[in-house]
Amino acid sequence: MSARRIFTRPARLAAIAQPPYLPVFDLTQGLAGIKAALLALSLDNFKLLVSDNLYVLSYLRSLVVAVVSTSILLLIGYPIAYGMARLPKRWQGVAMMLVIVPFWTSFLIRIYAWINILQHDGLLNKILLALHLVSTPVVWLSTDSAMYLGIVYSYLPFMILPLYATLAKMDPALLEAAADLGASPRRAFWLVTFPLSLPGVGAGALLCFIPIVGEFVIPDLLAGSNSMMIGQTLWLEFFTNKDWPVASAAALVLLVLLVAPLLCYDRLQRRQLEEAR
Amino acid sequence: MAEELPKPEPQADSADIPLLRIDAVVKNFGGFRAVDRLSLDIRAGEFFALLGPSGCGKTTLLRMLAGFEMPDEGRILLDGRDIAPVLPHQRPVNMMFQNYALFPHLTVRDNIAFGLRRARAPRSGSDTRVAEMIALVKLEGLENRKPDQLSGGQKQRVALARSLARRPKLLLLDEPLAALDKKLRERTQLELMELQRRLGMTFVIVTHDQEEAMTVAHRIGVMDAGRLEQVATPRELYEAPSSRWIAEFVGDINMFEGQVASREPNRVAISTTEAGTVLVAEPRQPITKTIVAVAVRPEKVKLSRHAPAPDMADGHAINRLEGVVTDVSYLGGLTTYKVKLDSGAVLRSSIANTARLDLDAFSASQRVVAWFTPEDCVVLQQ
Repeated sequence: MSARRIFTRPARLAAIAQPPYLPVFDLTQGLAGIKAALLALSLDNFKLLVSDNLYVLSYLRSLVVAVVSTSILLLIGYPIAYGMARLPKRWQGVAMMLVIVPFWTSFLIRIYAWINILQHDGLLNKILLALHLVSTPVVWLSTDSAMYLGIVYSYLPFMILPLYATLAKMDPALLEAAADLGASPRRAFWLVTFPLSLPGVGAGALLCFIPIVGEFVIPDLLAGSNSMMIGQTLWLEFFTNKDWPVASAAALVLLVLLVAPLLCYDRLQRRQLEEAR
Repeated sequence: MAEELPKPEPQADSADIPLLRIDAVVKNFGGFRAVDRLSLDIRAGEFFALLGPSGCGKTTLLRMLAGFEMPDEGRILLDGRDIAPVLPHQRPVNMMFQNYALFPHLTVRDNIAFGLRRARAPRSGSDTRVAEMIALVKLEGLENRKPDQLSGGQKQRVALARSLARRPKLLLLDEPLAALDKKLRERTQLELMELQRRLGMTFVIVTHDQEEAMTVAHRIGVMDAGRLEQVATPRELYEAPSSRWIAEFVGDINMFEGQVASREPNRVAISTTEAGTVLVAEPRQPITKTIVAVAVRPEKVKLSRHAPAPDMADGHAINRLEGVVTDVSYLGGLTTYKVKLDSGAVLRSSIANTARLDLDAFSASQRVVAWFTPEDCVVLQQ
């Protein structure tokens, strides 16, 4: 089928493919077609995003989930990375391996594994019942806790690795110098180790925060259906409602929201490079 | 730690107890004995150097003084108090680290103030102290720089100022000048000496550079395999080494093995296979062994074309050895010669170039007489 026929006979195509899409401008009409297409552009879909609180709530929920998850990731990831960096050299490689090992299995399969563990008659409930810690199975799946668990589990390596990289290259003599100058181990941590690990904290936090905002699979599989993250809303608009204009507007807003932290990350990295020079 | 930082004052040697007493200290790393029952006293106000090849345990000893390593046996007394249980951050001892270990995220000022702020000194007091330190090491104008923006020499000064800021009773310096180039190192050595004299503090420096140790220190402890081989002033160390190992480790030396042939008042004749019979002055320590080594420093060996005339020796016995010059190295201030003796042994001689145009210089393959007096010889028994 030639290109010409696609554009001249949309009706017949529609009969075959049931497209959610229609040509936005018609080349056969020349400049007039382009003009018509440009005139048809409007910000109505963006207005809809603001007027319907479904979208606003989705964005907010995404940001909240990302902030909370990133904070939990930091709290868990920092001690792990710190411990790894202080291991004897030959054990550091082993620890690194253990952090990376989950990547050998597909991400999706690992999330399904969590469903298995968390479901009504899953491993977790079986263990709890066997230990007589609970008398009836606990509802784990389809809760926010399950979603946070899944997110933290999946993103932990992305938090640990940049943190480990900055902590491992720190000169241990700096801590000795701090002790020599009268700083207790705890003060030395806050005055020397932590400030020097901030680039790693920033890198790890952004590396987790940005994809978590747009996360779709984990909330879809592990969280309840009563509130949605923006990734889920996008999916809904594209594939269920098939309202591409609104979906596009929503995606664009998400992009703009994420560009800010991305720029931060970029600046941070550039500063690090300059300092390294 | 609210302790009052001591004022720098000329240390009175009122008390007989030394500032620092190291008493039969042992440190093992696994099966390796890094420090082997080492004992040493260091007086207040002294500039003491620990000199030794790498791996001799000198840095381990220093780290035990700072508290980063714990002695397995023995005691370390500071002002008569055992400091073994005192944690590093509570010791009145500061250390200047080999690669300076400056805090990269802090400015010069904050690096120097780090120790003062930990001492909970009033802020204003610490500010004036920092300014004093900056002036002391001549870093004015660089207060707000980060360590990355400093040259090697400037970093060294910041590290020094930082370790001096708390007025420690004892300042430990771990190869403090190793990262500087030769010229700067020599200048800094003089500055260190001047600083130590002015502040009256006790400095213990670890170095593998014997010239550095001899330049800066009042006394030098030479270490090998975890033990102190000799503790002496630089002059004693050079002119009266206690063993063959020390003699060879410190400076250049010609050494001939031999045995005592005869003794006269003030003169001992030692017969060697390589240099014939060598007359030496009776050493302070009586010779108890039969197999000994005779050693003579190259600069004590003079060369001449002919055997020195009797009047030159002024009636005193001198040692004469004949040979052929095989090697001439002109080093500017002095020229070193290698003379192959008729016995086959090689004797080194270094002669100061006191005149600009030296028409009498010796050249390779020239036959010469090398000579030295009995007083210039050292008898080594160990």
